[in-house]
Amino acid sequence: MSDKVLLDYGSGGKASQRLIGELFLKNFDNPELRRMNDGAVLSLPGKIAVSTDTFTVDPIFFPGGDIGRLSVHGTVNDVAMMGAVPRYLTCGFLIEEGLPMELLTSVVESLGAAAREAGVWVVTGDTKVVPKGAADKLFINTTGIGEVIVDPAPAGDRATAGDAILISGTLGDHGLAILSTRQGLAFETPVLSDCASLNHAIEALLRGLPDVHVLRDPTRGGLATTLNEIAIASNVTCEIVEDLIPVRPEVRGGCSLLGLDPLYLANEGKFICIVPEAQAEAALTIMRADPLCTGATRIGTVMAPEKAGQTGRVVLKTGLGGKRLLGMLEGEQLPRIC
Amino acid sequence: MSLEILDQFHDPALCRSVLDRLCATLTGPLRFMEVCGTHTVAIFRSGLRSLLPKEIVHLSGPGCPVCVTHEAEINAFLDLAEKPGVIIATFGDLMRVPGSRGRTLKAAQADGARVSVVYSPPDAIKLAAENPDAKVVFLGVGFETTAPGVAASLMMAKAQGVSNYRVLSFHKLVPPALEALLADADPAPGQGIDAFIMPGHVSAIIGVEPYRVVGERYGKAAAVAGFEPLDILQALLFLAECQRDGTPKVANLYRRVVRDEGNAKARAVMAQAFTSADALWRGIGLIPGSGLEIAPEFAAFDAKRDFAIEIKDCPPLPGCKCGEVLKGRLAPNLCPLFGKACTPAKPVGPCMVSTEGSCAAYYKYQVD
Repeated sequence: MSDKVLLDYGSGGKASQRLIGELFLKNFDNPELRRMNDGAVLSLPGKIAVSTDTFTVDPIFFPGGDIGRLSVHGTVNDVAMMGAVPRYLTCGFLIEEGLPMELLTSVVESLGAAAREAGVWVVTGDTKVVPKGAADKLFINTTGIGEVIVDPAPAGDRATAGDAILISGTLGDHGLAILSTRQGLAFETPVLSDCASLNHAIEALLRGLPDVHVLRDPTRGGLATTLNEIAIASNVTCEIVEDLIPVRPEVRGGCSLLGLDPLYLANEGKFICIVPEAQAEAALTIMRADPLCTGATRIGTVMAPEKAGQTGRVVLKTGLGGKRLLGMLEGEQLPRIC
Repeated sequence: MSLEILDQFHDPALCRSVLDRLCATLTGPLRFMEVCGTHTVAIFRSGLRSLLPKEIVHLSGPGCPVCVTHEAEINAFLDLAEKPGVIIATFGDLMRVPGSRGRTLKAAQADGARVSVVYSPPDAIKLAAENPDAKVVFLGVGFETTAPGVAASLMMAKAQGVSNYRVLSFHKLVPPALEALLADADPAPGQGIDAFIMPGHVSAIIGVEPYRVVGERYGKAAAVAGFEPLDILQALLFLAECQRDGTPKVANLYRRVVRDEGNAKARAVMAQAFTSADALWRGIGLIPGSGLEIAPEFAAFDAKRDFAIEIKDCPPLPGCKCGEVLKGRLAPNLCPLFGKACTPAKPVGPCMVSTEGSCAAYYKYQVD
């Protein structure tokens, strides 16, 4: 193969076949993909959960991960949050002509390794190469398919007054790792992305606890945005306590330098878990047994709305003991003037 | 300064003890204004506002740089962004600020305008050096805090011969605005401002001297304060003591950052690159001597001269009470547009536009 990705590689001809054989099949190998059909034929018992996500990240390789890993983690996590065990992935690559083959190879190897760790098969895929400038280096779409293992499954509208709000670990790591790399900032303690597949932790939790009300990964928009989505869907007030929210000191420091709020930064390896009060301790014990969730902790409580007809909202109890709203962002966080 | 030291400035027990002393000192209502938008946000974000006794009335002043940038100035830079061969370099705050016809820099960017968010003016010079085919215009919005850095960038561009670097200076000065606010005829008794918390960052440049007039001529107490909850509480305690004792003092309570004499070097840089000029403040109007124009020595880098930009006053937005809010005459939630026609997603007036605007802070953080 040439040292750069050429338009030929997306043509469907011999060049495409070489790319599939020498790169994709080699790294994603499994019996279903090996059949080299146009699609995959799958069967799962019971209800299935499906989720799709498209990944664009700048830079493609960032501290703690890369777009390949992220494409697996992101979709595997979304499927897991539906109360499911992820089994299969589809994978579409949109590549800008001229991308170094070495870079594509690293991304594909990384994606393959992440899929094996998560225990999912990449069963079908697609490659398109677009002319230089028509896309920025590399975009990846993955769709995940999983087997729902609980009924009723956790859902955003099931938060109930009295429930405990738990988080699986520190917040803001991924967002700050990306933003500081983009700004060319280096911190004394390097900040790594937390990107990881959470499906094993989620499966243990679902099998150990019959009634998890809500599972959600606070990706884009961070904890604040995701909790608001839950509060609105469930029509409740989520009250969280600032001092209980785990944020690494280096992330806190970096955020204060850049004028950002860690509660709005993306996470790629954390989940919010809302369970009945009586199950909070049991849930934390199960979560902490997973190496990705050793820092799991309770951050707040679900309350009934204070006034009739009030839409769901998130209230933050500050370190001083005061209260304020924790709203949704209008758009992305931007650096400020002073 | 290490973050551990800063931790003490939001220690709950320390804050509680100052709050208790504050409550014991109050002899009646204390209506205070914080001039700076960063203080506004700090008061809301820390939850301090929900803890203050009801005698303390919190008013937000004209100290959010984005808020006071005039509609005509916003339209000027939006027009500029649409010009071919221009790259706009800006701090992030200005990206979403709406001009007339709902235009924003963000929307202009989507339409193909070249807009780059930078962290500092030197980044904009770098951008200019990398794009010799275009003129890179840095949007100079901000107070005395931002102006010295922009002034230094003009000198840097001149020294390095970066001939395609421009600055569009809409800088504003705090003391003339403060004086205009104080000189404005006093409103009904009990509706005025009793005391001020002065901006921490601006004071680091200008020092304490420019505030003396607040106590001496207008009989109001003022404290320069930092941005942590304990800083703000200590400032409020000082203001309450002044009120109780009938001594309108002006004090610097932010000595870990602000020297009484300010930063003479930064002021010298400003004085070299800028000359003072009249400026339009959104919601307030023309304030004599409250703006900064680029000095003739740096005329080659002046976007106003290069693109023949003239800023003319235009009628205020119908129904918008931002002028009253910025002067401390009206609480944001009492404006008839607040939360209805005017929200952070669709701001009508300047105070709802910026994250540091008092209306936006009220909308975003106020629980009740």
